[in-house]
Amino acid sequence: MSVIVFKAILVVVLFLVSLGIAAYSTYAERKIAAFLQDRIGPDRAGPFGLLQPIADGVKMFLKEEIIPTLSDKFLFILGPSMFMVTTLMVSAVIPWGLPLDIGGEMFALQVADVNIGILYVLGVVSLGVYGIMIGGWASNNKYALLGAIRASSQMISYELAMGMSVVAILLMTNGSLSLNHIVEAQGTGKLYGFINISGMNWNVFYQPVAFLIFLICAFAEANRTPFDLPESESELIGGFHTEYSSMKLGLYLFGEYINMFISSAIISCLFFGGYNFPGIEYLGTILPHNILSIISVLVLFGKIFFFIFFFMWVRWTIPRFRYDQLMRLGWQVLMPIAIVNVLLTALGITLFGN
Amino acid sequence: MSSQLIFFILAALSILSALFVVFSKNPIYSVIWLIVCFFSIAGHYIILNAQFLAIVHIIVYAGAIMVLMLFTVMLLNLNKATEPHKPLLYKFAAMISGGLMLLVLLASMRSTELGSYNAPAYTESGYVQNVGMVLFTEFLLPFEMTSVLFIAAMIGAVVLAKKEVH
Repeated sequence: MSVIVFKAILVVVLFLVSLGIAAYSTYAERKIAAFLQDRIGPDRAGPFGLLQPIADGVKMFLKEEIIPTLSDKFLFILGPSMFMVTTLMVSAVIPWGLPLDIGGEMFALQVADVNIGILYVLGVVSLGVYGIMIGGWASNNKYALLGAIRASSQMISYELAMGMSVVAILLMTNGSLSLNHIVEAQGTGKLYGFINISGMNWNVFYQPVAFLIFLICAFAEANRTPFDLPESESELIGGFHTEYSSMKLGLYLFGEYINMFISSAIISCLFFGGYNFPGIEYLGTILPHNILSIISVLVLFGKIFFFIFFFMWVRWTIPRFRYDQLMRLGWQVLMPIAIVNVLLTALGITLFGN
Repeated sequence: MSSQLIFFILAALSILSALFVVFSKNPIYSVIWLIVCFFSIAGHYIILNAQFLAIVHIIVYAGAIMVLMLFTVMLLNLNKATEPHKPLLYKFAAMISGGLMLLVLLASMRSTELGSYNAPAYTESGYVQNVGMVLFTEFLLPFEMTSVLFIAAMIGAVVLAKKEVH
């Protein structure tokens, strides 16, 4: 099997997995909300309501599609499409597991191991705002426009702190931007130089501050509560997607869940060792290589599911910020802390070596 | 061969999108075509194996500057009814300056020799590590000067935008 064929299969699998996880995230969100509020949640479609996402999808496709008369029709359709494309593009650089051994050849479970990995992620994330802005403006509705403007200023503001927190991680891995290198570096060496557990040398133990900043920024970038100002329904009806109906609304809602999935994957890769897990070296000596690869993929997905749960947990726990509070947090709290964190990390590496 | 084909597609795309920027009636469409143009230029960087330059180009121009531009255009709410009518004098001034620009370009192109250029087959000079190395050793002074310039521009913008406190 040639590399191209393998990559093509991987792309299709990733696409389907992203959509599947996004669909079941909507179910999980409702179940978790119900659990946190002492309710039962959806339980009518199938056993435990497991067919609910399919029912929702069918409903979305069959609903009447309304394009407002005074809207810009081309841009109105372009908005949700662009939002979906940009959210799906990020998964190309994430290393999903140890390489697979097919007929003696090693195939990396990563679509593209580019030299600029993490910059690619930041670049594509910064493009995500176009889908929201174009859709919000093309609706020709002042609430949609306000939501779009809130979204863009919020995302630009939090990108800076996010980039700064990533710089500290890059300093830890000798300046390699490749996500593959960052994950590999967390699987080798001893934790703090003396705790000898293989595959446990995670960045979060060295950079807890950077992790917290990155986590908060990921919430803001994914427009999740407590930073869901762009669509705050009590002020802006529905924010940037007020005028959308049918599957175009579905794409916006779906994109948010894919965003959450991808952010969780990036957080796991940058701070929680990606596919590495404690005892990976020992298992490598007793298990065939492919089984270990599959276990590593499952471990990564376990971490991702934990963070998706965390996103939902926060949503149903913390109320929404006010807009000026959001801006003050981003510029006056997170930015300075992130810069000081970078300086301290650089100082520490200069003084004590690695 | 295939990279040559990609080059021609990208070149056509960048020229066409740049033309659409100028000819679009609606300023929002102009901005969107400009974003397409930036993307095709980033594609040229990738063909030259300058990945870092390409992604910085996208993050800085397409990701930040164009968002702010779109922002401004959306808030201005430009349409036919509110567009101010430009006096005839402005049109003449624009025509004369455009003609002068064309003259300069033509004059400079006449004396240019179109030789052939053999690009190196594969270089890693566009990788982050190598760009960083060159930037912080050979070109350290220009690099630092540029950042001073940016700080000056930033402080200037703040001073201009800030309302006087009485």
